[in-house]
Amino acid sequence: MARKSTTQRVVVSTIGAWFFGFLIFFPILWMVLASFKTELEAFAIPPSFLFFHWTTENYATVQERSDYLLHAMNSIIIAGGSTLIALLIAIPAAWSMAFSPTKRTKDILLWMLSTKMMPPVGVLVPIYLIYKTFGLLDSRIGLVFILCLGNLPIVIWMLFTYFKEIPRDILEAARMDGATIGRELVYVLTPMAIPGLASTLLLNLILAWNEAFWTLNLSTSNAAPLTTFIASYSSPEGLFWAKLSAASTLAIAPILVLGWFSQKQLVRGLTFGAVK
Amino acid sequence: MATRQTQFLARSLLTPAVGLLFIWMIVPLALTLYFSTLHYSLLDPGSESFVGLENFRYFLTDPAFLASLQNTLVLVGSVLGLTILLGIPLALLLDQPVIGRNFVRLMVIAPFFVMPTVSALVWKNLLMHPVSGLFAWLAKVVGLTPVDWFNDVPLFSVILIVAWQWLPFATLILLTALQSLDEEQKEAAEMDGASAVSTFIYITLPHLARPITVVILIETIFLLTVFAEIFVTTGGGPGLQTTNIAFLIYSQALIQFDVGSASAGGLVAVVIANIVAFFLVRIVGRNLEA
Repeated sequence: MARKSTTQRVVVSTIGAWFFGFLIFFPILWMVLASFKTELEAFAIPPSFLFFHWTTENYATVQERSDYLLHAMNSIIIAGGSTLIALLIAIPAAWSMAFSPTKRTKDILLWMLSTKMMPPVGVLVPIYLIYKTFGLLDSRIGLVFILCLGNLPIVIWMLFTYFKEIPRDILEAARMDGATIGRELVYVLTPMAIPGLASTLLLNLILAWNEAFWTLNLSTSNAAPLTTFIASYSSPEGLFWAKLSAASTLAIAPILVLGWFSQKQLVRGLTFGAVK
Repeated sequence: MATRQTQFLARSLLTPAVGLLFIWMIVPLALTLYFSTLHYSLLDPGSESFVGLENFRYFLTDPAFLASLQNTLVLVGSVLGLTILLGIPLALLLDQPVIGRNFVRLMVIAPFFVMPTVSALVWKNLLMHPVSGLFAWLAKVVGLTPVDWFNDVPLFSVILIVAWQWLPFATLILLTALQSLDEEQKEAAEMDGASAVSTFIYITLPHLARPITVVILIETIFLLTVFAEIFVTTGGGPGLQTTNIAFLIYSQALIQFDVGSASAGGLVAVVIANIVAFFLVRIVGRNLEA
């Protein structure tokens, strides 16, 4: 079983791993610290690492001055809405391909994957003009729609790889016992599919929350999710680092937590099942 | 065996997804193709006229195209190189017996979940600011002249930020692959007196070939269209130094309002991405057989 691990080896690799892990995480930590500083301290040289005057006023200011909650709500509606709709469309499709495959199933799957390869800039112009014509620019519904279509191939693929792992024998046993397709779906398939559904949901929430091409190009104020809202800090006036940090910390905190829960599925989902 | 009824059901369950994706793929692409043959400026509405391949000639011979193609290639290549060359040792390290490995793994994966606009702005201001940034302070502490990152080495600055975002992805995939490596094989090699280096070269590295390929292909697809990081830090400048293809098309479309040549550029981007996609679909498709 386990290779012999000498104490020395454990100590060296532990120190190394913690050092590099901390180094990679540091920019996030530094941002969180800055969010609790005053603007002057955030800007100060030499910087103070822990012994500064801790304050939460930046968080209050961000909400007061820029209506943070509106943008957070936009993010929730856009990421949540697009993911749920994508799931509703994808579940029947993936179920059908996993359990009643035909000769063309593989071609259809690869074709769906290939739509994800299309760079968004390739269709930026027509989408922008269509949205302008139909008054969908800076609207939540417009962003829900486009993010839903953008992530649909990944959702179908993930679900397909999960559904395919459900053993066929169980379904056949259910059929022999006279279960209809409806009952089969509710009592046999659903309980076995829930883990796969949950991780698909989670990964796509993360992708939609952080999507920053369509959201930047198609929203400006009313429908702007957090990605666009944070981008507005790129041309600020006066001292703004602490407030930028506070807004950023709020924007990434929920998704960071979800992300940590879904890291195993992340590998599988983003490699389309090629690495498990 | 599937009856005709279940076949019909299966097909009707599949239709909405296929139909939507088909429309999503074909309508905008057809419009891009159509616009690319027009002289069409949003600043001058009503003056649309057919110009054939003129937009392509304009886009492809524009010095900005060659500059941005070069920037795109440098950006993609450098980020790939950095994430893989740093990701392999990092994954090997995390595969060792490490106390608190799960926590270290959380720290390593975290940057991947940070939205691009946040990572770009935090790096640009808190870390890379030429006077008050942490890097400037560190440089002064060790007696070096602080670097004015976004003026002196703008493309490299963008590369650093994007590499920081993608290093966790490469590391996590390589680590997942390492953990599926057969321990007994390595043990046997060690018993036969193989050194750590030759175990790595002859057993570990061949095992990593496939995940490395996957990392390269998937990262390439996302890196070809890096946008937000450039949008919030440099706006493509100074000059054209950080303009990649995606940003060039964006600026032609939504800053210069030149629909025709932006569409031509969009099609060029689609062609480039398709060359990459061709290889990815083949590799993933092979996996589907298993």
